[in-house]
Amino acid sequence: MKYSIFSLARAALSGHKNWQRTWRDAAPKDRYDVVIIGGGGHGLATAWFLASEFGIKNVAVLEKGWIGSGNAGRNTTIIRSNYGLPGNTGFYELSMKLWERMEQDLNYNAMVSQRGVINLYHSDAQRDAYARRGNTMRINGIDAELLDLAAVKKMIPFLNFDNARFPVQGGLLQRRGGTARHDAVAWGYAHAASELGVDIIQNCEVTGFVRDANGKVTGVETSRGRIGAGKVGMAVAGSSSRVAAMAGLRLPIESHVLQAFVSEAIKPLIPGVMTFGAGHFYVSQSDKGGLVFGGDIDGYNSYAQRGNMPVMEDVCEGGMALMPMIGRVRLLRQWGGIMDMSMDGSPIIDKTPVDGLYLNAGWCYGGFKATPGSGFVFAHLLARDESHEEAARFRLDRFRTGAMIDEKGQGAQPNLH
Amino acid sequence: MRIVCPFCGERELGEFTYLGDAKPVRPAPGASEDEVYDYVYLRDNIAGVMDENWYHGGGCRAWLKVTRNTLTHEISAVEPAAGAGARQVAK
Repeated sequence: MKYSIFSLARAALSGHKNWQRTWRDAAPKDRYDVVIIGGGGHGLATAWFLASEFGIKNVAVLEKGWIGSGNAGRNTTIIRSNYGLPGNTGFYELSMKLWERMEQDLNYNAMVSQRGVINLYHSDAQRDAYARRGNTMRINGIDAELLDLAAVKKMIPFLNFDNARFPVQGGLLQRRGGTARHDAVAWGYAHAASELGVDIIQNCEVTGFVRDANGKVTGVETSRGRIGAGKVGMAVAGSSSRVAAMAGLRLPIESHVLQAFVSEAIKPLIPGVMTFGAGHFYVSQSDKGGLVFGGDIDGYNSYAQRGNMPVMEDVCEGGMALMPMIGRVRLLRQWGGIMDMSMDGSPIIDKTPVDGLYLNAGWCYGGFKATPGSGFVFAHLLARDESHEEAARFRLDRFRTGAMIDEKGQGAQPNLH
Repeated sequence: MRIVCPFCGERELGEFTYLGDAKPVRPAPGASEDEVYDYVYLRDNIAGVMDENWYHGGGCRAWLKVTRNTLTHEISAVEPAAGAGARQVAK
């Protein structure tokens, strides 16, 4: 069905009791041209782009739980394209451009809100680094503004500007950045993909790969039986190592837990997304009024989807250093998600050494903003067997060749990215 | 998570720093590129019980080998990591 003001009015007149399901909850067929493992944002976006851009409609998305039950529903909903290294800059801008037309493309309200993302700087050296990043963005046609202290004070006057240890000196602002409603992104892609004939199969856990005599992957074994496939794409960030191990692969990835937090609802306070540059703290305010914030990963391997107290304390200290007035706001909820921490902090979108198996992994804790871009370039790779030019550097073998994309400059240490 | 340090007793997580899987061993100086690549970049990324190296920087500053379940965070054993400290304890 098509959503519009008329469908809304029609449903309202019948007391909202006659809405159709947003997507079909499909049962598995024997075989598909492409099987995507993972019904999160990236997997669903990949299926939609395969069907809408690349004409491959015999596609299934297999999800072990319900769609969007993993990191698609656990992130802090930030979208931005303020990256500085070749490989990242162009890719994230491709993704940002897709965010800007997503709701029209999908006929679904994902509440994309370009309310601005500002990264604050607190020292001369950090200002120089941000200026360089902002210049890189502008050279590549991406909006960026370096704000001085007066401009930051005008925009967000409630910060603690008297902080003697970490004085706010200014910030790098991307006005086109902002937030989107994370669940609606998963639902929107599911809706649009399902309309084009994609089968979304929930409660269907992949338990193994079917290989032919040459080792080529020709299908998957699942908790709902064997499903044949021309090609298989993995989009299971958080569990990439576990799924890849079924095909005999070891990946340059560790799984770590990242926590996120929401406060009780307060009146509109924070205009966009803000990050504290002297610690690690990022915050925005949801339309319901809660402050949505987070910081570092916990720093130890985990598949448990819950974190521990030291990082909660660290994140809240970052918030208090930036705006002490939130000290009396109560924390409402806190949760954890499992991140694919790659060894250089950048993702992997590539073929694997196993014929017929394709990998989309290693998103660290920045996967949400990449959702549309990741879906588009992964669909490109699956459909044409070659990388899209904006994803050509996200190679699996870059750790061997040395062509790493280390945006943070912290080397081969996954728990630092 | 709390870790029972064999030297200091039960302490909160904030006193400890994580290094990671205790299984990879630094290759010999003459090792091949493949062995070094494997050691630096590839991980088993175990979902289940794993031996790990932790550093007790907020206490005795000893390296510890912690056996922990990555699915539940349950810690089943803590002992001094191989090295001078472990030899001292064994005496």
